Amino acid sequence: MLNVLSKRVLLIIVALAAVLFPLVFPNMYVLQLLTLVFIWSIAVYGYNIISGYVGYLSLAHAGFFAIGAYGLGLLTTKAGFSYWLSLLLAVLITSIAGALVGVIALRTKSHFFAIYTMCVGVIVYLLIDKWDSLTGGVRGLIGIPAPGNLGPITFDTLTSQYYLALFFLTFTIFLCYRIVHSLLGRTFIAIRNSEELAKTIGISIMKNQLLAFTLSALFAGLSGALYASFIRFIGPQISAITVTFEMLMYLLVGGIGTLAGPIVGTLIVISLTQSLQFLEEYRMLIFGPVVVLLVLYYPRGITGSINGYFQKKKQQRVKVANEEHDVKRKVGEAG
Amino acid sequence: MFFSTEGITKRFGGLAAVEDVSVSVEKGTITAIIGPNGAGKSTFFNLISGIHPLSSGKILFKDHDITKMPPQQIARLGIGRTFQTTNLFEQSTVLDNVLIGHRLRTKSGIWDAIFRTKREKEEEKRSYQKALEALEFVEMMHVVEHPVSLISQEEKKRLAFALALATDPEMVLLDEPAAGVNPDETDGLAYLMRKMADHGITVCLIEHKMPMIMSLADQIVVLNHGKKIAEGRPEEIRQNEAVIQAYLGGEAHAPVKQY
Repeated sequence: MLNVLSKRVLLIIVALAAVLFPLVFPNMYVLQLLTLVFIWSIAVYGYNIISGYVGYLSLAHAGFFAIGAYGLGLLTTKAGFSYWLSLLLAVLITSIAGALVGVIALRTKSHFFAIYTMCVGVIVYLLIDKWDSLTGGVRGLIGIPAPGNLGPITFDTLTSQYYLALFFLTFTIFLCYRIVHSLLGRTFIAIRNSEELAKTIGISIMKNQLLAFTLSALFAGLSGALYASFIRFIGPQISAITVTFEMLMYLLVGGIGTLAGPIVGTLIVISLTQSLQFLEEYRMLIFGPVVVLLVLYYPRGITGSINGYFQKKKQQRVKVANEEHDVKRKVGEAG
Repeated sequence: MFFSTEGITKRFGGLAAVEDVSVSVEKGTITAIIGPNGAGKSTFFNLISGIHPLSSGKILFKDHDITKMPPQQIARLGIGRTFQTTNLFEQSTVLDNVLIGHRLRTKSGIWDAIFRTKREKEEEKRSYQKALEALEFVEMMHVVEHPVSLISQEEKKRLAFALALATDPEMVLLDEPAAGVNPDETDGLAYLMRKMADHGITVCLIEHKMPMIMSLADQIVVLNHGKKIAEGRPEEIRQNEAVIQAYLGGEAHAPVKQY
């Protein structure tokens, strides 16, 4: 394990780098890319709560992302609500949708849960695609406004949008940190380890799972709403099952069930796909095998493997200490 | 009566895994459930702890009818348990494993987590204390910070006890607590069970190690083919014709290991 001090130093360096980046390196393309990375990461953090910590593989995540995006898009363009009220409502609507789906979906386990949630994702896609009069169908929704002014702060420039996304990402990570390191987080992990054992030590499985599922939908909704106001155009494709699998890939590459995993994975995979852009469709020929190898040899992802390395070192120290303890005891007994 | 079952039956399809079993247990005693493999002992525990619903019958605990209660509520009322296969989180430390045991006595939710409220901090502290107390009880203070993957099989058994104790139980159900450990270590575990009973915790255990049971148990219940065939003090069971028949005579059963 990294010790607390060096971990804190590392965190401050990363945070400073993220804040200073647009000032030092004002490249529009890179800024655009990073903003998208931040926005997607928020959704992946949500994904991590239900699939990483509670251990239930949900495949409805792109559906919730789309509900957030369309929620914001429709509330601003069709209902004429202000941006910030719409954002709040979009997140709320997604959370409620998450809770409702969760009540039914969580009655199923493992692969049945995955299949059930995948169906939910497909239904969301179909609703968006076919409900022409509301969602604009395949034509999509255009003219979504950028975030409205907050007093003197405006969000017209790319840099300001970058900071907005960074703010929400930091907020998300902070919430996840607090949750993971609380009694509630321990409860989630206990359910992942063994549902049977968790039940017999008095944990209500359903209640906790439902909370985790709702939280994961909440972050997906927030991410989707931010995405809609950043890209300003959304189509039904954002709720496609492939989007869920992309998010799952970010999570797996970064490290499922770790706090840094979502941002690390999203950053690496998106930058990699972008830098392999010149290969066009053939980039998957390189990308596919890389992901397969990673999952085969580092199933806990990048962050998980780094943590594992430090843990192993610690275990070795403990082992040595144990042996010394045993030797001393034996010497003591002999004497 | 502290704990009793009244004619409980569990059918899986046409097969009765447990049939019409009535048992009563006094507070602070040690009751051993024995019987050949497949006699329905683990199912009996699963019925008591609420994992499986009953087909018929009644379970009473401290004057509460717990027949239809879900497992988490039964645990909150004060019945803890351990499993035959030790169900522990291998990657985290011994202390972290036991900490979660006290969760059922805490109330902190999502808001407490996000705002790190006073309640969260207090309950966290209380959980730590409870976990340390439980680990002290099972004499594992020297490995508190060790990852579970590094401790011995016997220590894992003790850790499972500690986890059950951290729930503040009044009764514990131990499913083969001494399986897979050597005779010396078995004595240590038997001592622990006696210590629990001396502290007023009622112990029910399933076990195959006869010498240990004969010296440890206050009461023995013998199951065979899901039915109770005998109950009584160890010396009575030793003489019981039906028991001897079930273990040695007539039909082909897996014999109980004798040491």
